[in-house]
Amino acid sequence: MNEQRRWIILAIFAFVGLVFLLKLFSIQVLSEEYRLAAEANAIKKTIKHPHRGLIYDRNGKLLVANEPIFTIMVIPNQVRLQSTQDTLTICQLFKITLKEFNTKMKKAKETPRIPSVFIKQISQLEFAKIQDRLIDFSGFYAELKTIRTYPSVSLAHVLGYIGEITKGQLDKDTTHSYVPGDYIGISGIEASYEKELRGRLGVKYTLVDAQGNDKGAYNSGISDTLAKAGKDLTLTIDVDLQQYAEKIMSNKRGSIVAIEPNTGEILAMVSSPTYDPNMLIVGKSFIKNYANLSKDDERPLFNRPVMALYPPGSTFKVVQALVGLQEEVLVPETRLLCDWNLVKCHPHGSPANVHESIQYSCNPYYFKVFRRIIYQNKIVKQKINDSVTVMKELPDGDGRIGLNKWNEYMHRFGLGERIGVDLPNDLGGFMPNFAFYNKKHGEGNWQFNNIYSLGIGQGEMSIVPLQMANIAAIIANKGYFYTPHLVKSIGKDGHKRPEYTQKRETGIDKKHFDVVIRAMRDVVYAGTVNPQGILYDLVMCGKTGTVQNPHGEDHSVFIAFAPMDNPKIAIAVYVENGGFGGAVSAPIASLIIEKYIKGEVSRTGIEASMMNATFTRNAARYYWQPRPENFLSRAPRKADKEESKDKEGEEDEQKKESPKNIDAIILEDKNKENILEEDSKK
Amino acid sequence: MQKKIISLTTTTLSNPSNRLTFDWITVLLYLFSVTWGILNIFAVVYQPETAYFGLSLNSTKQMMFFGASFIVIIAIVAIDFRFFFNFAYLVYAGAILLLLLVLFLGSKIAGSTSWFRLGMFGFQPSEISKFATALALAKYLSSINIRLDHWQTRLTAGAIIGIPALLILRQGDLGSAMVYSSFIFVLYREGLPNSWFASYFAAIILFVLTLFVAEIYLIITLLSIALIVMLYIRLNIVRQMSRLLITTMIVTLVAILFVMSSDYIVNNVLKGYQRDRIMVLVNPDNAEIVLRAGWNIRQSKIAIGSGGLLGKGFLQGTQTKLNFVPEQSTDFIFCTIGEEYGWLGSLVIVSLFMYLLYRLILIAERQKDHFVRIYGYGVASILFFHFSINIAMTIGLFPVVGIPLPFFSYGGSSLLSFTILLFVFLKLDAYRGQMLSRT
Repeated sequence: MNEQRRWIILAIFAFVGLVFLLKLFSIQVLSEEYRLAAEANAIKKTIKHPHRGLIYDRNGKLLVANEPIFTIMVIPNQVRLQSTQDTLTICQLFKITLKEFNTKMKKAKETPRIPSVFIKQISQLEFAKIQDRLIDFSGFYAELKTIRTYPSVSLAHVLGYIGEITKGQLDKDTTHSYVPGDYIGISGIEASYEKELRGRLGVKYTLVDAQGNDKGAYNSGISDTLAKAGKDLTLTIDVDLQQYAEKIMSNKRGSIVAIEPNTGEILAMVSSPTYDPNMLIVGKSFIKNYANLSKDDERPLFNRPVMALYPPGSTFKVVQALVGLQEEVLVPETRLLCDWNLVKCHPHGSPANVHESIQYSCNPYYFKVFRRIIYQNKIVKQKINDSVTVMKELPDGDGRIGLNKWNEYMHRFGLGERIGVDLPNDLGGFMPNFAFYNKKHGEGNWQFNNIYSLGIGQGEMSIVPLQMANIAAIIANKGYFYTPHLVKSIGKDGHKRPEYTQKRETGIDKKHFDVVIRAMRDVVYAGTVNPQGILYDLVMCGKTGTVQNPHGEDHSVFIAFAPMDNPKIAIAVYVENGGFGGAVSAPIASLIIEKYIKGEVSRTGIEASMMNATFTRNAARYYWQPRPENFLSRAPRKADKEESKDKEGEEDEQKKESPKNIDAIILEDKNKENILEEDSKK
Repeated sequence: MQKKIISLTTTTLSNPSNRLTFDWITVLLYLFSVTWGILNIFAVVYQPETAYFGLSLNSTKQMMFFGASFIVIIAIVAIDFRFFFNFAYLVYAGAILLLLLVLFLGSKIAGSTSWFRLGMFGFQPSEISKFATALALAKYLSSINIRLDHWQTRLTAGAIIGIPALLILRQGDLGSAMVYSSFIFVLYREGLPNSWFASYFAAIILFVLTLFVAEIYLIITLLSIALIVMLYIRLNIVRQMSRLLITTMIVTLVAILFVMSSDYIVNNVLKGYQRDRIMVLVNPDNAEIVLRAGWNIRQSKIAIGSGGLLGKGFLQGTQTKLNFVPEQSTDFIFCTIGEEYGWLGSLVIVSLFMYLLYRLILIAERQKDHFVRIYGYGVASILFFHFSINIAMTIGLFPVVGIPLPFFSYGGSSLLSFTILLFVFLKLDAYRGQMLSRT
């Protein structure tokens, strides 16, 4: 009767079966979603944070140590709070209000099975108080991290600090070296050696069941990796010397940089005013302290030795003398009249030769030397007849060639460009070149008169104190240097970065240095240095400088090295508004040299008077407010690259922009962005 | 008459040509299913540190239930084949009595009072009542002068099916109650008009539509269709015009009432969690509902979906082992198959059920006796319904209702009742040569 209906019924059965198979095919074979979700369900990835590398000074004293800090995590679906009393207890425990508790929980509940950060940065001491109570509340647990402490309480600018990684940095991190909430070096050595210090994250995969219970290793632990500790660093810094230098500078503004000449290792690097590096430890007070430091009128965060641009002043005469001698526009006996019409000077015997010009710091002499360099007035022997030869200067050549040649020497001295120290935020100063003056005055509209002040280390040029110290090191080495650096060895094998073991030659003959070094000795013992700056039991060579400062008292500058034979230390001292170089900076340099070479200072009277001397009240304005020279000195570097563009208006624009740039550098620590970029490039 | 029966029995046993011949293919399918089911239950409860056959393991218990099933099978073999026909109504009455008793004496488990507790074992009368209903319905429909185009027959058949269903609904076990709707296949095979059968599916479609489309639009659409149909009838059909028009109007009215009542049922009659289970399929993106009712279905799909083409292998399923899917040994046992055997496993299990159903229909159709055929259709319908709703719910095609996958899911009551259901049919089939001579 209805036998045929069986086929309809069977067809319905078959249709349902077919629908199931298709749907199953789509979720089992075609879709990746469920496979990934299953992994996310059952496989818990635990990150093991490596130990961040420690930092020691050159004598093995600990400068940067690790300290545990705790983060309270919460897994919302494991939280069992029976009553409001429980909630209030939790609030009391963590010292938060009920409102804060609710906001935090609400946020955490967006991912009910995944741990969320509940409270950040609880110190070891605070944690000890709540540790026992925490166990009573399921769903809450503590995660350990380490932060930095700075037992030496010095060297803030060199060491830098760490902070939580930003979203932008995380996105750029292609090597998967970080997870959100990790700490990353933000400035100083912490930033420039981030890759070495951070180590490698370890990952452990465990199976967890639906309740979050641990069910053993996933895949028998095959895919797990161990955390690899970061490498310890040994700095070139001598922390005793550093602390001594910081103490002397504590009531002054300025910089001290001391370098070991034959290695380029920086022994001390002081930027004053400074701050206690422990102020910028990751923690609750960081934001407040950072804001205070960055708002401070004295700009304590500013790292003067590598960022403060000054015209070099008279100390630069030694460089001019060396270039002149090498270019043969001078011979040691060349005597030139101290012509006050050309440029102002101070009374001394005239005409002076090279030695005396350095010893007494004769300004007109170097006006003339620089002119000779620019116009290539080489001194040549000319035979008049068989028995008579006279020395004769060549006539003026092409100034362009001369200026380019001079720029080439500046480059070899590591000037006018970043010298390459292992800090993330160093500046290189500026050495004006032919193109720069063409832009400034217009092509053909300028002559030697517009640039002569370069001869005495004034004018548009600028260098940072580190470069100044390096000049002292070059002279001590008689012609070569190693790029100044701060890290002596990375890790246990004790190598420094390869670029710091490469000798850089200036191309100036050793014999010319002998002339200059003898003159520098006499600068100290019979020249412009005050008696307070004289060391009698070892021979110190130096050169004073006084940087003209239109905004207040001149800056006092002194470079030196000692001992004269086999120098152990080269130094540059800047005391802002300190006045004459021989009176303030030179005695300070002598104290530091004495301290370093002898281990202690015997001239306690001088030590006391230098410790007490303060010049900060002389300041009408702070030196870092850019002077016109500095506007020019920084800006054109950018313009050099775009020569095709036209300039007059642009220049004015850059004048206006520059203060911003400098502020930006101070406030933002541009390296924040750079580190990861460099990492990914490598 | 009594004498005749006795003499027939003796002939059966003495005559070698009439020896009990079970349909061995079906028996093999049964054995394979239950064995694979036990392995899957073992995979769920297996922990490396525990013994394979610990008495507390569900897999061990299921093996014991399997053993009990053999005893039941032996009993079925031993019982006279006429028993099932003669005592069909009695069995049915007993089942109804148990369903009534459980309402008063049963223990409440997971929101429904459908269990009798006897020491460590529980017993669910709703499982056995399916068998009883199938028997009773078969007996009624195979009676003389019973035709499904009579209203009286339809009502009686409806009552036989409806009474246990309503009682089970009263217990709070919506899933088991819904199983009784599968008897529509039996009724259809026995002569229920095509329009009724079509209405059944139309009602399902309409119900699904009410979930997705606002009530008012649905009613407007229905009215528009009715209007077009009536216009068509008015213009083209001459004979019986008024009757057709009235029928159309009635059908439309019923449909509109149905739409309104399903909307009412979903929003007012169903319990909150039941509504959520429906709505989670309708709005899979509504975070609030998903949070309340989406966990099971999400985890179930993850487990099945993570199996891939070939699966992770026996005992290798992480979702299975780590308790992510609730009720995994019972209602969600298919997740284990999906995860550990992949799509290939799904293909095997779907084919297995398809073949089993085909086999049952085939056997039913070879019966000369109406009682056995109708009963056979009942068995096939119940198995089909369980299979399709169970699989559909694990892969997110149907709201979560707690009904087991026949032969696979853990549970003594369900395994025993499916065994009885199937083997009574096989027994009756084995005696098909003699069935006609009963009375």
